[in-house]
Amino acid sequence: MYAYDELDRTLINERVSEFRDQVKRRLSGELTEDEFKMLRLQNGVYLQLHAYMFRVAIPYGTLSSKQLRGLAHVARRYDRGYGHFTTRQNIQYNWIKLAELPDALADLAEVGIHSMQTSGNNTRNVTSDQWAGVAPGEIEDPRIWSELLRQYTTLHPEFSFLPRKFKFAITASAHDRAAIKVHDIGLRLHKNAEGETGFEVLVGGGLGRTPFIAKTIKPFVPGRDLLSYVEAILRVYNQYGRRDNIYKARIKILVHELGIEKFAQEVEEEWLQIRDSALTLDESVVEEVRSRFSYPVYEKLPHLPDELKKAAHDPLFERWRRNSVFPHKVPGYAIVTLSLKPIGGPPGDATAEQMDTIADLADKYSFGEIRVGHEQNLALPHVARRDLPVLWKALDKIGVATPNVNLVSDIIACPGLDYCSLANARSIPIAQELTRRFANHDTADLIGRLHINISGCINACGHHHVGHIGILGVEKNGEEFYQITIGGRADENAELGALIGPAVKYGEVADVIEDIVEAYLALRARPDELFVDTVKRLGVEPFRERVYATR
Amino acid sequence: MVTANRTWDGVVIYRTAAHGWSAELAGAAIVRTSDEARALLAEAVADDVGAVGAYIAPVEIKNSGAIKPGNLREHIRSEGLTIGPSVPA
Repeated sequence: MYAYDELDRTLINERVSEFRDQVKRRLSGELTEDEFKMLRLQNGVYLQLHAYMFRVAIPYGTLSSKQLRGLAHVARRYDRGYGHFTTRQNIQYNWIKLAELPDALADLAEVGIHSMQTSGNNTRNVTSDQWAGVAPGEIEDPRIWSELLRQYTTLHPEFSFLPRKFKFAITASAHDRAAIKVHDIGLRLHKNAEGETGFEVLVGGGLGRTPFIAKTIKPFVPGRDLLSYVEAILRVYNQYGRRDNIYKARIKILVHELGIEKFAQEVEEEWLQIRDSALTLDESVVEEVRSRFSYPVYEKLPHLPDELKKAAHDPLFERWRRNSVFPHKVPGYAIVTLSLKPIGGPPGDATAEQMDTIADLADKYSFGEIRVGHEQNLALPHVARRDLPVLWKALDKIGVATPNVNLVSDIIACPGLDYCSLANARSIPIAQELTRRFANHDTADLIGRLHINISGCINACGHHHVGHIGILGVEKNGEEFYQITIGGRADENAELGALIGPAVKYGEVADVIEDIVEAYLALRARPDELFVDTVKRLGVEPFRERVYATR
Repeated sequence: MVTANRTWDGVVIYRTAAHGWSAELAGAAIVRTSDEARALLAEAVADDVGAVGAYIAPVEIKNSGAIKPGNLREHIRSEGLTIGPSVPA
């Protein structure tokens, strides 16, 4: 956990006071909606179909139990008792009242949480691997650098009015769980030939209307130069990024139009001007941030304790353990993923009661720490393996132990037309129906790893372009239709999916997905060939033939 | 009809014939020409303190005279979520 200092606390509290005054002036008519809109957006407040939506940042996906209780409190006191975890390590409340928002913000500030820069054309919440600091084989904890970037980008005057929003993601593992290749800047921590730690810097990734996979702009930037190099990128973007057309304003379009070589050259020239400036990260600065992260004092524990041996006789426990429990860097410990994808439920939602219980369980079994992943699930990052059986029972009791992590019913979905004013079609009911179709865990296990991503419009908040199966809702003559892509992926081998055929109606989506999965089971070379690998090997055509032959 | 969200709490509201707002679609003023719609919208937009994001939306008038939302978006705004009872109330 990172401990905020006095500066952080002052900044957050001042922001609450400022927004309280702005809301007061808006409600009195002193500020018009036109004047107020940018102010509310800078505090993560959108206007959606039914109400205001309030987006709160969870920097690099790390929460303390106290903070999770704070999120539960806001859900209970100011909303309708639940929140929605998003694909960018935020939580959204869907029914918040503007008049009560300053109080909600003040309550969150008490636990060191805020909503600054969760909207608007600025640098957004810095996201990272939800297993940061505990993943085996990790170079080092990427949250140190995430936190440095958070401090650097928060209220940065030069980058508060960029051409468009700007998103960072960081990973320090060989397997990318942070989807860095679909971010404006993706950072991969690694060591060079000399053993020095630094970053591969990728730029220009993004989804939405015009999807691009990020390209490497520099294979190695030493840690000390991270901020100056990032500033050089932001400066080039700020200068040349288009402000005349919102659809062409993201950095991915600039990189595409200039070409990666020309863009890299512009950045390099800018960087040479500022490289050896106050932006250079002295080791003492990095150490200061590192020292503010507290780490558990782990016990020396056996890998296979008696409790685990005994519980192995319970097939339900074993299914969950195989699916939701992952290796930890410390022997005797495990990372546990909590599925927020119950069969028939909306993906990524958690009730206040669930959040409170998870906070209690984190205190008891995970050194008071919880993580939020971009797949819209939670994780307990430091669980002693001896505690797994008792933890499983407690998680199962509150409905977050569905053994479907990374399987076909672990669906990523945006809020869609049920909530969102931008959406053209519904996402959540499609996800719910699919989870019911694939509710049989034996079948899901047989299918293996398969990521379905659903977006209710081209803005792609559900990351449909990089789903193994991607579903995009569109509207045609007042009716919902869905375009389906296959073969996308968001990891270190990120790719955009390919369209499989004509869009299908709302009522046909689940049938088509079932047909695609059946085609995969028939086409795969062997049981352990993953869906996405079968598509890579065979291409879209055999799937198209099987799925559309009878339609 | 013209619809918006109430400023202080975001609740869905409809412009009424009595120059006010109703939280019920049944209370909405129904207009049939584009000039009438534009006039109703101008009146709604002028109430910047009371409402936010006003726009013209279609309705369907049933034979019974009942007013129904004219598209899925308005149906969801008027009737609520379509995602079933699994979402906490």
